[in-house]
Amino acid sequence: MKTLFFRWMLYIGLVVLFLLHNDFWFWDNSKQVLGLPIGLAYHIGFCVAATILMALVVKYAWPHYLQDEERNAKSIK
Amino acid sequence: MMVTLVIFAYLIIVLIVGTMSHRFFRGTGEDYFVASRTIGPFVLLMSLFGTNMTAFSILGASGEAYHRGIGVFALMASSTALVAPCIFFFVGTRLWAIGKRHSYLTQVQYFRERWNSEGLGLLLFVVIVALIVPYLLIGVMGGGITLNQITGGQIPQWLGGLLVCVVVFTYVCYGGVRGTAWANTFQTLVFMTLGGVTFFTIVHKMGGFSATLERVSPDLLILGTHIKPMELLTYTCIPLSVGMFPHIFMHWLTAESARTFRYPVVWYPLCVAAVWVPSVLLGIFGSVDVPGLKGAEANSVLVQMIERHAPGVLAGLLGAGVFAAIMSSLDSQSLSIGSMFTHDIVRHYGFRSHAMQEGLSEKRQILVGRFFVFGILCLTYLLSLVLNRSIFKLAVWSFTGFASLFPIVIAALFWKRSTKHGAFASIISVVILWIYFFIQGWRVPGYTVSSTGIMPVAVILAVSALAMVIGSLISKPPHPTIIQKFFPSEVEKTDI
Repeated sequence: MKTLFFRWMLYIGLVVLFLLHNDFWFWDNSKQVLGLPIGLAYHIGFCVAATILMALVVKYAWPHYLQDEERNAKSIK
Repeated sequence: MMVTLVIFAYLIIVLIVGTMSHRFFRGTGEDYFVASRTIGPFVLLMSLFGTNMTAFSILGASGEAYHRGIGVFALMASSTALVAPCIFFFVGTRLWAIGKRHSYLTQVQYFRERWNSEGLGLLLFVVIVALIVPYLLIGVMGGGITLNQITGGQIPQWLGGLLVCVVVFTYVCYGGVRGTAWANTFQTLVFMTLGGVTFFTIVHKMGGFSATLERVSPDLLILGTHIKPMELLTYTCIPLSVGMFPHIFMHWLTAESARTFRYPVVWYPLCVAAVWVPSVLLGIFGSVDVPGLKGAEANSVLVQMIERHAPGVLAGLLGAGVFAAIMSSLDSQSLSIGSMFTHDIVRHYGFRSHAMQEGLSEKRQILVGRFFVFGILCLTYLLSLVLNRSIFKLAVWSFTGFASLFPIVIAALFWKRSTKHGAFASIISVVILWIYFFIQGWRVPGYTVSSTGIMPVAVILAVSALAMVIGSLISKPPHPTIIQKFFPSEVEKTDI
């Protein structure tokens, strides 16, 4: 039950991250962050966040049917 | 002269890497087209990434950033960084499992059997081949532009494009998908490494990062100056094309096991950033370094900067990096359409019975597939000689078509009630609307729907999804044997 809940939280996390892609709040902002224009720095950070979230999805929400598929493949070998 | 020698040496190395894999060839169609499903995690990551990063990501991104600034990264790169791994995870792994269970080699085979329709398979084949041509075109154009600019015009553009076609065709024919995967891995490592070297060399020669950034026009450093909010929002539909690209489907099938997908799913976003950040920044810096380029002329801004700041051997190496990015996509695209022609046309129609009666061997069938690839490359090459369009925009049109077909793969995988009538309605709506918007867009540079900023892909995708739902619901439900075949009970119980 806990696993299922965590799995769905991660899926919701993907949707939230997708929504955060549309950074209208930096639309006309000309500030710089770490020497980069803020609009670019934000989207580089977005890529890093996507990597971390996908790593969590792979670790905690790997589809069950693929685990069965792998077990079958091993038993055939 | 030195530049030309270095690039030719690089092309020879790629040929050797691609053809070396022939030693491992097992002489079967399954080995030629899906490497007997033995590709490991790292090579799969490099193949998928290298295949997706084309002239579009190197020359197209820098050319578009030259005109529109940092927003280009948000439009294509960061959205792809999230959407593509999600598609690998939710769609790719499922297609891999189905492909393995039923020994599929092409996506047309899957869709034809999923909805039990010959006509659907044929229609899909024609649409996919038609959409892949503009995608191939940007590679051939990119090769020509690179060689022409980097040799200071000594080698004409037509010869550069021809050279790319010849090298790719040779190792694709000889090495099959294993050769393609190996060459892709090698070339992806080359363009990622040399891309970094290019960036630091050019920025250093221009006086350092901060100093150059200060010289850039402020409007290129603000997201909203050249991009409308609706454009950013609807551009996120474009990376859905990954789910319907035939070359990506082919690489998915090569995976050794489901676990093999973990690497691409996790590391893809960072790889995207590693390639696109330097490309976009160099495009912006190009506006300072090579001012005054108009429209499609900006396709060559990166190569002009390489020529200006890194002459000699280094220019050759950096040019080779651009070539690597271009060829690592062209090869997979060529092979995937060759595979589809061999299996979905030659083997499926007409030639199957001849094969049995007259002994048309598997090798002969592969040969026919190669002739088809040759024909398509010739057509693409000829088009590259007469067209002078923005690489970025040509690619976006191709992606628009593939992304609009995305509801088909989603319905096939997740909706048992979907029918062939729904799929037909969806594909036909894509064809009609794509042609309509393409004609509109051809006339108006920077076209969006009624100048609202909404990209045509959002409209076509919505209509395509609606057509799939309505077409399915008003037709008879699929036969239970089809449902049983594609939705085994354990999948229903354990997963979404």
